[in-house]
Amino acid sequence: MGKLFAVILTIIALVSAVPIVMHTWWMPQDISTHGHAIDEQMSETMAEAGFSFLAAQLLLAFFVWKFSNRKDDGKIRTFPGGAKALVAAAFILVGTEMLALGVLGQKAWASVYFTAPAANALQVQAQAGQFAFYFRYPGADGKFGALHPDKIDEGNQNYFGLDPENEVEARDDIVTGELAIPVNREVNLMMHAKDVGHSFYVRELRIQQDFVPGLDLAVHFTATKVGRYEIVCTQLCGLGHYNMKAYLSVMSQEDFDKWMKQKASEQ
Amino acid sequence: MQEASAQQAHQHAPPEGFLRKYVFSLDHKVIGKQYYALALVSVFVGMALSWLMRFHLIWPNSKIFGLELLSKVGAPGGVMTPEYYLSLMTMHGTLMVFFVLTNAPFAAFGNYFLPIQIGAEDMAFPRFNMMSFWTTLAAFLVLMTAFVIPDGPPISGWTAYAPLSAVGTDAGPGLGWGQNLWGISIAIFCIGSLLGSLNFIATTLDLRAKGMTLMRMPICTWAWFITSCISLLAFAVLLPACLLLILDRTAGTSFFIPAGLVVSDRLQPHAGGSPLLWQHLFWFFGHPEVYIAILPAMGIVSHVLINSIRRPLLSAKVVIYSMMSIGFLSYMVWGHHMFVSGMNPFSSLMFSFPTLTITIPATVMTLIWLGSLYGSKIRITAASLFALGFISMFVSGGVSGFFLAQPSLDIVLHATYFVVGHFHMVMGVAAIFGVFAGTYFWFPKMTGRMMNESLGKLHFWLTFVGTYCIFMPFHYLGLIGNVRRYSAFVDDFLLPLMPLHKFITIAAFITGAAQFLFLYNLIHSRFWGKPAPVNPWEATSLEWTIPSPPPWDNFGGKHPVVYHDPYQYGVKGSLGDYVMQDSPEPEVPGS
Repeated sequence: MGKLFAVILTIIALVSAVPIVMHTWWMPQDISTHGHAIDEQMSETMAEAGFSFLAAQLLLAFFVWKFSNRKDDGKIRTFPGGAKALVAAAFILVGTEMLALGVLGQKAWASVYFTAPAANALQVQAQAGQFAFYFRYPGADGKFGALHPDKIDEGNQNYFGLDPENEVEARDDIVTGELAIPVNREVNLMMHAKDVGHSFYVRELRIQQDFVPGLDLAVHFTATKVGRYEIVCTQLCGLGHYNMKAYLSVMSQEDFDKWMKQKASEQ
Repeated sequence: MQEASAQQAHQHAPPEGFLRKYVFSLDHKVIGKQYYALALVSVFVGMALSWLMRFHLIWPNSKIFGLELLSKVGAPGGVMTPEYYLSLMTMHGTLMVFFVLTNAPFAAFGNYFLPIQIGAEDMAFPRFNMMSFWTTLAAFLVLMTAFVIPDGPPISGWTAYAPLSAVGTDAGPGLGWGQNLWGISIAIFCIGSLLGSLNFIATTLDLRAKGMTLMRMPICTWAWFITSCISLLAFAVLLPACLLLILDRTAGTSFFIPAGLVVSDRLQPHAGGSPLLWQHLFWFFGHPEVYIAILPAMGIVSHVLINSIRRPLLSAKVVIYSMMSIGFLSYMVWGHHMFVSGMNPFSSLMFSFPTLTITIPATVMTLIWLGSLYGSKIRITAASLFALGFISMFVSGGVSGFFLAQPSLDIVLHATYFVVGHFHMVMGVAAIFGVFAGTYFWFPKMTGRMMNESLGKLHFWLTFVGTYCIFMPFHYLGLIGNVRRYSAFVDDFLLPLMPLHKFITIAAFITGAAQFLFLYNLIHSRFWGKPAPVNPWEATSLEWTIPSPPPWDNFGGKHPVVYHDPYQYGVKGSLGDYVMQDSPEPEVPGS
């Protein structure tokens, strides 16, 4: 029975590793300037985790194979070096491994969060509410109108609660249900939650950030590949959570300018 | 002398009458069994919920037979609504984390065996002990009530993130009385757990038999002791958090709700609260809670494993110190649940390093278990298979922690099935394997009857292979970015993943069905199993020196005296390759 355990465990361990090695199911292609560092960190971590996983499982299988229902003299033997050797191995090997992952991973994290957005970054505001995203561009004046929660009126498409009657800045704000951005230009996305917590997740962009009610956050990124990508909500926000999504359109600068002009005329 | 007088103070008359014996019992053994029974009911309800969820994910528009009877609103015509999916998900998580993973390995086995293993007649505070169970049962009943109220259970998940959980029915169905009942239930549960932990600590420190030094306690007693210290601090934080949530919901306070929220077109009458405050309080409890589930399982598995491999661990001390450091570190890592939650990004790094550091004691323990197998004589039983399976699961669930401990990778993996796979393997399946190992091992002692070994082994094979088939693919889904807590997969990139989801659902049905083998074995053996001898596994600790099942006062009025550490295996004793802990015979090193 011990041998059966060893065989089954070995099969499980090897079969589990196959899709990882083959990249059968893997992250989609990265389309951001910072994503490369994250992908590298992922591969690095996968190598270390994969090695630890296989080593431990196969060792477990081997020991159970060898030491269950023993046919030899049956004497109890002790692992060479005993506990001390194993504790030392854990501290040195795993300790360095974890320190390395921690220090290296910090770089990838820093590239997203510890840098300020460029001064000429495109400013866009994202608002998440049950169960839709809306995006707002400041318009020709480059300034956003203030938000007035009491003025929110979905029936009249005033999703953000703008007050164009009294505020000049709000009059040319462009509000859309799709996030369009020019390729290779930095975007500073200011995040505002209308009701409960939500999250902004674009897999290809390697960006995930929660919308926190009462806390206006911002993330910045640069997309490097033209295309249409899904923005999905990853923070449980209610019954329509599974269906809360929008699209990110990464366009050439000319297309973006055209798009912007058209949207401005529609407002 | 002090110890003896403390013990005398706790002598009491045998219980009389049905109620005192079996219902409102002060006997720690009956209370342990009551906790076990509650966990058993909860785990089968929780599992049934997971079946319903897995079914709905694959066939979102199909009727589920009988579901309409459970909720007309949640499943009109038997087809589950998206919000009812979230209700069931919330109940699944809450039941499993609180009423199964906290109750079974810790409260059930701890209550039953901690006093016996240290040579005590009962817990330090038997009345407290009874109260802790009955409060926990009340918490369970309050939670179950959410199923029958018209509004249904809450949809905010077991983490109940504010403001979704705080603003009331404007935010969705189930967020009225359903959420109130949830908050009340968890607050009551916290009180029960606090009473229980206090009792465990007092008992361990005060009621040890003569010769039972701290370092002579079995590893599982150590695990329960460390867990009760963690639990005392963790539930003491969750309790006020729940009270504040209830106040926000019912008394118009704004602890977790900021100004200016417009929910369902209504400007909420709140100002000044912080959603992140809830997350900090919740995870300050929530992360240690993971160790409340897994440490007792580690202890039980060590205890069972040593018996099955017929030799002591390479170092029991190292395992105990590792558990202590895990317990200590568990309070410094809660922020790793909040890397992308809007917390200051610098603090993410400060939470990342202690999280990575936990890998070290966890690896130390794994290597000690593996190294102890070397050169041993493994006896394969249902109990030892689950103990070995635990090691495998703990490793598999543990290595995915390498990823989630890093904020940069969390950007990609947060809130995906990768996380779900990680915690199901490491705190769900691994801890449950610990419970299974404990059950197959201690059942003869608890009931006086043996379980069916062949059926137990079959249960192991199906569960071991089955849980890998369910939870390993979760990691692959997560790498692609499959978001968790979705009641249906409608995004373009999720549609191609349906075959993998189907595979998981089928595996979940089979693995779940296999649990009925266990239930059958449990019930059948309880009444018709072979009578169990005093020490069927040739084990050494004190629970194996007394009759199966033990008399109401455990040691029949005698005070056991302890001469050895608890794991004298692989020696030449008068009984065989082991020496009982209370046997005065000198230790002869094994040859």
